[in-house]
Amino acid sequence: MIINHPLLGPRDAQEFTYLGDAALIHRPDWQAEDAQDQFHDYLYLRDNPAGEHRELWFHESGDRSWLVVTRNTVTHEISKVELARDVARSEGRSR
Amino acid sequence: MRYSGFRVIKEALTGHKGWGPAWRDPEPQPAYDYVIIGGGGHGLATAYYLAKHYGKARIAVLEKGWIGGGNVGRNTTIIRSNYLLDGNEPFYEMSLQMWERLEQELNYNAMVSQRGILNLIHSDAQRDAFVRRGNAMILNGAGAEMLSVAQIRKRYPFLNFDDARFPIKGGLAQHRGGTVRHDAVAWGYARAADSYGVDIIQNCEVTGFRIENGTCKGVETSRGFIAARKVASCVAGSSSRLMSKAGMRLPIESTVLQAFVTEGLKPVLPGVITFGAGHFYASQSDKGGLVFGGDPDKYNSYAQRGNLPVIEDVIESGMALIPALGRARLLRIWGGIMDMSMDGSPIIDRTHIDGLYFNGGWCYGGFKATPASGLCYAHLLATDTPHDTAKAYRFDRFRRGYMIDEKGMGAQPNLH
Repeated sequence: MIINHPLLGPRDAQEFTYLGDAALIHRPDWQAEDAQDQFHDYLYLRDNPAGEHRELWFHESGDRSWLVVTRNTVTHEISKVELARDVARSEGRSR
Repeated sequence: MRYSGFRVIKEALTGHKGWGPAWRDPEPQPAYDYVIIGGGGHGLATAYYLAKHYGKARIAVLEKGWIGGGNVGRNTTIIRSNYLLDGNEPFYEMSLQMWERLEQELNYNAMVSQRGILNLIHSDAQRDAFVRRGNAMILNGAGAEMLSVAQIRKRYPFLNFDDARFPIKGGLAQHRGGTVRHDAVAWGYARAADSYGVDIIQNCEVTGFRIENGTCKGVETSRGFIAARKVASCVAGSSSRLMSKAGMRLPIESTVLQAFVTEGLKPVLPGVITFGAGHFYASQSDKGGLVFGGDPDKYNSYAQRGNLPVIEDVIESGMALIPALGRARLLRIWGGIMDMSMDGSPIIDRTHIDGLYFNGGWCYGGFKATPASGLCYAHLLATDTPHDTAKAYRFDRFRRGYMIDEKGMGAQPNLH
């Protein structure tokens, strides 16, 4: 697979390590009433869809940026690559 | 019809006119006591033990394609019980004991071959870890033996013993481990289950669950609604896809694991061997092909085919261990989709929906577990209590902090 890095251009997926569903960006509030339930779901449960999947890849052997890659889990086709930082900010995270 | 040597001779002399189909092809009934979703090894084994041990019931196995067309037909056929942790070892040891009597019980030649499995050691730390594992195996009645380099040389003279980086320092052997003809496991269980009246319904895809007031009443299928007192999901590889139809999210990611077979060779590899310095394991099939595999592709996939970097890694590991492997020509490479659970261990449990049960999360270890998985799942379905050896395989172990992290890697699928 080739991941089209937003800053560096097309890179071999071998340079990256995979973390999983991009929902992992949104860590629950540890002070919430139901924080324990929220953290259980956050840590252990996954949508795991067959088809389009937004997921976190880390450019470990490159510029060490985190990316959100939109990839089809049935065909391995990559349709979109964004910097995880930009995604997190656009979804309301300040840091 | 009972299979025997006598029968083969009789049929040979009478023109093979007496062989019938090994199982029926029934139309789905409107209602069953138990509907098992998934006609793979585990699903068919569950149906068989349910029918055999837990009394007369109307049981159906629903399979969207043909039986044995999923992971039971795509694995590397290894059986073993060389586990460390309490939650696992008694379960896998029971499974190995069931393999030992499987063919007589099913009256079906599954070619169970206890040729032994050998885990190689390349460092002192690894020796300590394997001695500990061997002791855990002995405590659980599985048997284990630490082999010296001289003992290993005798049986596997062609290994790369004096590699500069990863010399072989010994090995942990389980002589009762081995291989089984994988397709025959599905066929044997199907035939035996059918003989107890289980309806095996192929080309019948489950498209949804009918859930009323928190109780599962049956399944919607491509061949109409089928009512059931208890519905049992048994579709490892597609568990998340199926259970999402019941609104459930699982502690599972789907990953592809590749396997390889070379052209047929003369007998060279007498048992199953695993490399301790990289991820590589190999055996030789009865047809002569070297069957081997290694790491999964470590990202979510439902593609049933993998990518080249993992192939390169597996072949490199193989060449590091068995330099002669380079002279064999690769015949086929294929991939299977696995349920990678968060801690690397399976789940056999009820769900929060009454009448809906779950079996999955087998990671890359489902094949060897087939008999025990079937028995434990049947026990759970019939009695609503977990089988003694499968008590640890619960959904809530993540919430309660009782994960079964066999490899000590952490609770994340891409670490296992």
